[in-house]
Amino acid sequence: MENDFIISAEKLTKRFNEFTAVDAITFDIQKGEIFGFLGANGAGKTTAMRMLCGLSMPTSGKAKVAGFDVYKQNEEIKKNIGYMSQKFSLYEDLTVKENMQFYGGIYHMDDTFIKQKTAFILDHLHLQKEANKLVKSLPLGWKQKLAFSVAVFHEPEIVFLDEPTGGVDPVTRREFWNMIYQAAENGITIFVTTHYMDEAEYCNRVSIMVDGRIEALDTPAQLKKEHDAASMDEVFLKLARRAKRIES
Amino acid sequence: MPAVTVQHIIKTYNSKKEKVTALNDLSFNVNNGELFGIIGPDGAGKTSLFRILTTLLLADSGTATVDGFDVVKDYKEIRKRVGYMPGRFSLYPDLTVLENLNFFATIFNASVEENYDLIKDIFSQIEPFKNRKAGQLSGGMKQKLALSCALIHRPSVLFLDEPTTGVDAVSRKEFWEMLKRLKQQGITILVSTPYMDEAALCDRVALIQTGSIMSIDTPGQIVKSFGKTLWGVRSENMLHLLNDLNSFDEVDRAYPSGIYHHVIMNDGGNKELLQQYLISKYPDVEIIEIEPDIEDCFMQLMQN
Repeated sequence: MENDFIISAEKLTKRFNEFTAVDAITFDIQKGEIFGFLGANGAGKTTAMRMLCGLSMPTSGKAKVAGFDVYKQNEEIKKNIGYMSQKFSLYEDLTVKENMQFYGGIYHMDDTFIKQKTAFILDHLHLQKEANKLVKSLPLGWKQKLAFSVAVFHEPEIVFLDEPTGGVDPVTRREFWNMIYQAAENGITIFVTTHYMDEAEYCNRVSIMVDGRIEALDTPAQLKKEHDAASMDEVFLKLARRAKRIES
Repeated sequence: MPAVTVQHIIKTYNSKKEKVTALNDLSFNVNNGELFGIIGPDGAGKTSLFRILTTLLLADSGTATVDGFDVVKDYKEIRKRVGYMPGRFSLYPDLTVLENLNFFATIFNASVEENYDLIKDIFSQIEPFKNRKAGQLSGGMKQKLALSCALIHRPSVLFLDEPTTGVDAVSRKEFWEMLKRLKQQGITILVSTPYMDEAALCDRVALIQTGSIMSIDTPGQIVKSFGKTLWGVRSENMLHLLNDLNSFDEVDRAYPSGIYHHVIMNDGGNKELLQQYLISKYPDVEIIEIEPDIEDCFMQLMQN
């Protein structure tokens, strides 16, 4: 049964001294699912994500990611996931091609694979002409699409996207979500955070964190029904306003 | 005289290989007491514009005034009269909350006491942490402190560069409520944002993309000038529905927008055509006419 889930967390907790950043969160994510991970600033999203990515040791609870234990096999987890954030993903002073070679190398992909995959991505994103240009010269929208392609370059089972569309124009934002859908159709599980509430509607399931706990977890349709709300924006506001923890 | 005038401002950045045009012949005015929004994605030119108006950057050509003063000749006067909150946190991290506030008051020859009424609403929320070092505050609190410091000399024009970027939906709503109350005190506010939904909260907005203003008006007028019927379409399988909508000859454009896909049909298109095309494959399909929002308008303007 456990094998059906690509991520499963049980009472996963992280404390910093007296402060409980993540408070016994429990959830399972299925392979190929687009999972929206929402919460107000300071609700504990980043800490939770860092534990799931094998970057931070939990205080207590259990979690498995891509079949690996977050306590004992965090190096294995890192090899089997992709990660992209709005703030940092690509090396600006490397070319488009060099970035892909670099990431391919880091994940120990062989030369033939790197070559073929690079050609495929350049073709797919219509970036052949820009292949030898520095990443910093690309418009932001192209950078974000390239960053996503690089995050899934090594064909991970899961990709974690931390506010991938922040500041991006509305047309590119939608093209980006198209890429997310395609990746999910190819079986890659998507774990995504966003402050755009329309994007919450595009997820298969959404969790909302308040004060370190998961206060709601369901399909967008079910959440709206449950909270008698017309949109995910309303659901989010209703739940996030319950926060008692002083953001400090 | 308007609080801000901008005439034919051009700004380019030159590197070894290429020339980037950040602002391409921008002209607009902001009236006294107005809450004016500069709405556009990253790279549109918002920060360059703010830096020119706060006299931190020189334009290549064109003229601009703030509070009646020229941004080049009278830069010293302008610096006394404006408040500026840059996108990046720019206070002293190793001073406490209170020390930062006092510091900014003092360099403007003002005191916290005489202008406290202006910031009370905002500052009272971080007052419990007044002895904490600014670098150790959370994002939301840093923002409130930065806003307090930008206001403590009672500026006549306030520039806020992306104050809500990366901020959650609840805090964003609270921030805009603070701005509304500030506006009532008579301060002219220019605020930039990549969040299209915030446009509706401004008196007037400029929609900006790659250094050019695509439209400048009240949010209501911008929505009115959309000029096409916008349909909202939904069914159980949204992904396939979107693909099918985009391959329908009668459809000009279809894109996801929250709960519904937004659909603009070619001339002569109507609901019945859409219904006929979809009903057999999507028996549960729902089609309604919806009011466009600023994001719909922005996307339409980007197409032109």
